[in-house]
Amino acid sequence: MSILIDETTTFIVQGITGREAVNLTRECLDYGAGAQIVGGVTPGRLGRDVHGVPVFDTVAQAVEHHGGPIDGSVVTVPPAFTKDAVLEAIANGIKLVVIVTERIPRRDVAQMVEFAKQHDARIIGPNCLGIIVPDVIKMGGIGGPAKDAAKAYTPGSVGVISRSGGMTTEMSSTLTAAGLGQSTAVSIGGDAIIGSSYAELMPLFEADEQTEAIVIYTEPGGRMEAELAKWVTENDSRLPIVAFMAGRFMDEMPGMSFGHAGTIVEGKADTAAEKIARLAEAGIVVAEEISQIPDIVKSRIAERSAV
Amino acid sequence: MRFFEYESRQIVKAAGIPVSAHGFARTPEEARRIAEEIAAPVVIKSQVLTGGRMKAGGVRFADTPEEAAREAEFVLGLEINGHMPRGVLVDSKVAVKQEFYAGVVWDGIRKQPVMLFSDMGGIDIEEVAETHPDRVGRGHFSNLTEVSDYEAKQVIASIGVTGSALTRATPILARLARLFVRHDMTLAEINPLALLEDGRFVAVDAHMDMENEARGRQQTLLKALGVGDEETRQAREATPFELAGEEVDAQDHRGVAGNVTEFDGNLGLVIGAGGGSLTLFDAVRAHGGKPANYCEIGGNPSVAKACGLAKLVLQKPGVEKIAVMMSIVSNTRVDIVARGVIKACLELGYDPAEKIAIFRIPGAWEDEGFKILKKYGVEYCDRSVSMHEAARRAVEKIQGVAA
Amino acid sequence: MPGTFIDVDVDPAVASDPALAAKLTEVCPVDIYATGGEGGTLSINEGNLDECVLCGLCIDAAPAGTVRVVKLYDEGAVLSS
Ligand code: SF4
Repeated sequence: MSILIDETTTFIVQGITGREAVNLTRECLDYGAGAQIVGGVTPGRLGRDVHGVPVFDTVAQAVEHHGGPIDGSVVTVPPAFTKDAVLEAIANGIKLVVIVTERIPRRDVAQMVEFAKQHDARIIGPNCLGIIVPDVIKMGGIGGPAKDAAKAYTPGSVGVISRSGGMTTEMSSTLTAAGLGQSTAVSIGGDAIIGSSYAELMPLFEADEQTEAIVIYTEPGGRMEAELAKWVTENDSRLPIVAFMAGRFMDEMPGMSFGHAGTIVEGKADTAAEKIARLAEAGIVVAEEISQIPDIVKSRIAERSAV
Repeated sequence: MRFFEYESRQIVKAAGIPVSAHGFARTPEEARRIAEEIAAPVVIKSQVLTGGRMKAGGVRFADTPEEAAREAEFVLGLEINGHMPRGVLVDSKVAVKQEFYAGVVWDGIRKQPVMLFSDMGGIDIEEVAETHPDRVGRGHFSNLTEVSDYEAKQVIASIGVTGSALTRATPILARLARLFVRHDMTLAEINPLALLEDGRFVAVDAHMDMENEARGRQQTLLKALGVGDEETRQAREATPFELAGEEVDAQDHRGVAGNVTEFDGNLGLVIGAGGGSLTLFDAVRAHGGKPANYCEIGGNPSVAKACGLAKLVLQKPGVEKIAVMMSIVSNTRVDIVARGVIKACLELGYDPAEKIAIFRIPGAWEDEGFKILKKYGVEYCDRSVSMHEAARRAVEKIQGVAA
Repeated sequence: MPGTFIDVDVDPAVASDPALAAKLTEVCPVDIYATGGEGGTLSINEGNLDECVLCGLCIDAAPAGTVRVVKLYDEGAVLSS
């Protein structure tokens, strides 16, 4: 199985007529079994179509046209309009929102997240590339065009969670080359506040029988790794986790942000060194290089099954 | 983006929070005038965007306007952590009965802002939180509705503050919380918040940090404070090399060549994207390499942009070779970046095979890209060579040069 | 002058036809073609040649075989549409 999405998932693309969104739509339609993109929304563009996907002015119109609830939405509208688009999706019954847009102020993200919580919906992102279930479905630009995504991702037992979209593919490709497929890979976004953190996705992977191990990509900034370490310890997780930490050099440069908006060392707990220590305490192996990850994963899976 | 203390005070005051009588001065003469107006002993505080000014001697006391002018002259000429002050704040020396702390920050885990209040003001709040956790009150609040006074009251009362101190501090913390939300702050703190002998509270120092992403919609505030668009207010000022990087990025709207940052090594880096750059920069250092710069290319840059960035890096004094590396790309095109970096070498009269230590960008259009690299004799590799291995090869080559 | 990596070669009959020149100008995503010739005939923005994304839209826009996109880095291989 997979987490979050599977071959039955229906979704819409908000901002579908934008250049990136047009490409993303094509990629998702082409990948795996072909995503069920049941509509697109761009205000004022009712009646058009993008690669055969009908365009609507409102999410409500898309839901009505579909004739029933829609599972998800990929939001690609500009930052100033993102919050409104996400609220619209959730208010119309959508339970899974992938926000691709970057440079959204925290206040807006926090409002969307709070609204989602009230409506029992989940947000992935912002500033992320989405979710992929190898050979089945992808929701978002993750992995790129279908044929490129097929090269990097293969079905298997490793769950991947990454703060960097590009590194989600790099790590999955490394796993694939070593014969380790992925159950689901999620690009969670690199901002300071995101809809779903490592710890919030762990219960889903924990419940997914196909998943036997987790690989995460992480960076300095924020307290998300500490939250994960705490979750793992408190929940006695069955899943071995292998982490890769990039941006170690940033420890020497407090106050500066590289890579993603969320990477800024403001306090001691934000540093790479501190995070590595926290993860290690919780039994999470931190690989020095990405190429070491597959072997560590294999040996950790073997250890667990030997117990 | 960070605000100077004198700006933070203005923001706090505009939100209805009382502040001690003060003025901002750029010259000793202005400092004297402000001291005359205050007509009481004053404190002269350096206005720099860095911590530790107290330790560095950037805070001085003066009893008379003449003394104020003298001290201001000293502080205006005092460099602190590499920053020259923009001016001085001339603040009245208030009769403080007790120092408190009031602050609002984001909690990325709860995804809500949190109000903080302590009766141990005047020192670093993180320290207080560690040594005296019971003396720091906390309260998360919703972002969907405006924070109510009672929420602030609960936080303050939780550490045992009562009486008129409680009723007077409540609106101050609540207003701070509201301005935090209204102005997209990432940090808003008053430290110390002084309780005076007469029972009033005044903000004696304030520190505000606003989210860069919100600059667009906070124009009204920024204009009122006189903060121009050109002021980045980053932790460290951009060097000419970094400004040139920004120009390369701005030359067209295709793709990004962002976050160009200067270091003093000999290996120039044309790397991407966000996470890939962080990984590669670490990898070069882990193998003993000395990067000349950091950067992030991505989002499918034009040939001209890749070329411009590579040229900039190649021309940086001390750069012997460049390494062109990215994590697997799906949007950015391998062939376009290959064209750009080779063109940069050619236009500067260099042999690409000699100047480009390694080219490791796998992904979209790689076959076409590899044809170009092959023609110019540049060493390249596909995804079977890891990012760390590519970095190692680049470092090895350049160390051969140095020897 | 060709670019470092790319050259385009357009038959004179096409280049001198303002309607075709306009069409080429419209389809090329990186502005390699322009109607800067006399009477709106074709001109080439040489500075943009190396920006060619090999999309083949120009080849499809003109009569078969009249526009050739040449990959100078690939022994003069011609892009097929
Ligand atoms: S192939 Fe595409 S980019 Fe190249 S010249 Fe033709 S239209 Fe322009």
